[in-house]
Amino acid sequence: MTMLDFSALDLARIQFGFTISFHIIFPAITIGLAAFLAVLEGLWLWKNDDTYLELYHFWSKIFAVNFAMGVVSGLVMAYQFGTNWSFYSQFAGSITGPLLVYEVLTAFFLEAGFLGVMLFGWNKVGRSLHFFATVMVALGTMISATWILASNSWMQTPQGHEVINGVVVPVDWIAVIFNPSFPYRLAHMVTAAMLATALFVGASGAWHLLRGHRQPAVKRMFSMALWMVLFTAPLQIFIGDMHGLNTLKHQPAKIAAVEGHWENTPGEGVPLILFGLPDMQAEATRYKIEIPNLASLILTHSKDGQIPGLKEFAPEDRPNSPIVFWSFRIMAGLGMLMLLLGLYGAWARWRRRLYESLLLTRFALWMGPSGLIAILAGWYVTEIGRQPWVVYGLMRTKDAVSNHSAMTLSIGLIILVAMYLFIFGLGIAYMLRLVKQGPESLHSEAAPHGPSINQRPARPLSAVNEPMSSTTKAP
Amino acid sequence: MGIDLPLIWFLIIGFGIMMYVIMDGFDLGIGILFPLIPGREDRDTMVNTVAPVWDGNETWLVLGGAGLMAAFPKAYAVLLSALYIPALCLLAGLIWRGVSFEFRFKADEAHKPFWDKAFMAGSFVAAFFQGVILGAFLDGHQVVNGVTVGNAMSWLTPFSVFAGLGIVIAYALLGATWLILKTDGLLQSRIKDMTRPILLALLAAMVIVSLWTPLTHASIAARWFDWPNLAFFAPVPLLVVVSAYAILRSLQGTPHAGPFVWSLILVFLGYSGLVISIWPNILPPDISIWDAAAPPQSLGFALVGALLIIPFILAYTAWSYYVFRGKVKAGDGYH
Repeated sequence: MTMLDFSALDLARIQFGFTISFHIIFPAITIGLAAFLAVLEGLWLWKNDDTYLELYHFWSKIFAVNFAMGVVSGLVMAYQFGTNWSFYSQFAGSITGPLLVYEVLTAFFLEAGFLGVMLFGWNKVGRSLHFFATVMVALGTMISATWILASNSWMQTPQGHEVINGVVVPVDWIAVIFNPSFPYRLAHMVTAAMLATALFVGASGAWHLLRGHRQPAVKRMFSMALWMVLFTAPLQIFIGDMHGLNTLKHQPAKIAAVEGHWENTPGEGVPLILFGLPDMQAEATRYKIEIPNLASLILTHSKDGQIPGLKEFAPEDRPNSPIVFWSFRIMAGLGMLMLLLGLYGAWARWRRRLYESLLLTRFALWMGPSGLIAILAGWYVTEIGRQPWVVYGLMRTKDAVSNHSAMTLSIGLIILVAMYLFIFGLGIAYMLRLVKQGPESLHSEAAPHGPSINQRPARPLSAVNEPMSSTTKAP
Repeated sequence: MGIDLPLIWFLIIGFGIMMYVIMDGFDLGIGILFPLIPGREDRDTMVNTVAPVWDGNETWLVLGGAGLMAAFPKAYAVLLSALYIPALCLLAGLIWRGVSFEFRFKADEAHKPFWDKAFMAGSFVAAFFQGVILGAFLDGHQVVNGVTVGNAMSWLTPFSVFAGLGIVIAYALLGATWLILKTDGLLQSRIKDMTRPILLALLAAMVIVSLWTPLTHASIAARWFDWPNLAFFAPVPLLVVVSAYAILRSLQGTPHAGPFVWSLILVFLGYSGLVISIWPNILPPDISIWDAAAPPQSLGFALVGALLIIPFILAYTAWSYYVFRGKVKAGDGYH
């Protein structure tokens, strides 16, 4: 009857994880591309170099498709708290609800007011007003992210509320929003969005370079992306470290699970386990390769400092260490590769071989999806690491879930998985197709200024005129 | 005695849902009418009449969902959980409709028929399950310990299925009269010929619902037929008759905006009839807006944002409809 013998709780979590994993890819790229577009337009206005304008038109098409995918996949999210997490919504809807309302209003406002001008306003408004609209869109995407992350961070480190008659009552909204993990999570996520976008843009440039497309716009985007990676990769590692220390303070069990750390030996520092297999039953991490005292050094900034081990928490309060341990290592490992890419790019630039180094372009191409994979892995660390709590210390996930049968949830999950893979698979394929077309020269006759001149403001996707497949006629 | 925040939020959400029903109603209606209009060019024209506005229309639904969670978390949680399957079908329908809407413009000729079918199916499924949810909502939910009594399929009743079909017909009427407003020539006259039977079917559905609900729910019967309510609410059915007559009248000759405006009034009357039937409950039969409301700290906080931004959204919406006013002709889609 049930899908692979998962419990109803597992299935509800898988469904939420699946839909939100699909969703988060699009807003992350939206945030990064919006900022990139604002920079491109600003540079174009400042330096009066049309290469920036060519890149703006090229990336705004991809931005439009990506934005539309984000809106469609977000529709489900607004209702899933109710359909799948009924008891959570009854308990904490008083906090999550208003924060989501602000997010929707911000997104609505942004879409209504400035996105139309940004995508369709060329030739209709002046240059500076258009630039203003682009900057507002970029700002708006970040404000949207702020509300969502405030809501999520409150679930991780709740404060500013009282529980009255079994329901959360917000008593201090400033405290609710600016809860302890919020600044770190926001900084980590926004930087992740920038980094993931830079890697995506860099890979697009690399793809064209490898095919011998060496026009100025291609070189420019490859160069800009690698500058961005050079600066944001180390910044992100630094922010991530601070976020980790914040987590150690507020959610020590999550850090213990991340480190696969079960117990302390008196007087000894904690080693950093590079690889290993945490075993929840055996309460040990097997086959481990470790560096002595390194975890102490990173997390307590002293050689012999200790962090709580998983055994200090009751078994029912421990997050699933194997998943969290490996998700973290995927994220951190990719982060190191990003740092390496940034440094390698800087070295190639110094040697004046930025566009000539085959190894660098191939490396940049393969790193294209790495930012998004790292974002997903990072979210798995923070969300699965929060378990067994849905609101940390206040409500357990098993008490939050709606009382659906595994059968009902299996049907729902099958519908969603089939639909998402098909629809968003097509959407992503379409985006990649646009990337492959490459930036068009403004001087070629086929390139109008943005979408066709007569076009009036409309939906994001109508800013793009390219067909979905290359075949023009049915056979 | 301060401001009645739950009441204000009930009005805001009620308004949001009505905006959604009216605006997404006519563009879902276009998908519902698709099977009756087979021509490629006519279909493109139909879709082009709503192309600039449909996704803004859908945003009201997202706002409705988030607003309901913020203001009436108990109703949001209990209702959506009880209606898990129809809610999922509604969302699936909307996603299909939205994506096929875009992809049918960008697909090559070989794939266009596929996206046309997806557009029809998505529109129909979304409309039908909106009606099913409405029907199940009116049927009422007995709540014990935060959970409704019943199982995953309790929503499936003859009444909810009937309500589903009723909404499909109502949206078809909105779609048809919208097309009368936005098109001309042969397409317009074909749509005009369809409008009369659709209107009659909708009136029949409204009559049946108006008899069915009071007969099965004593509280709804009391609401409408007890004195002096009968006198207060009698204008609603009378105005339904008036607007139905006005639609039929305005279909004569060369109609323009008349049928659409009167259809909007007709749908609005049906909507107010439902509100009259359930007031003051947000979860019929016995959980009122005050029982289900979030704490005042939540209602007040969210209200600030809503009052600041909703007027702006309304102004922009009005402006974009103004920009896209006028008839859409074959081939002059904005694509």
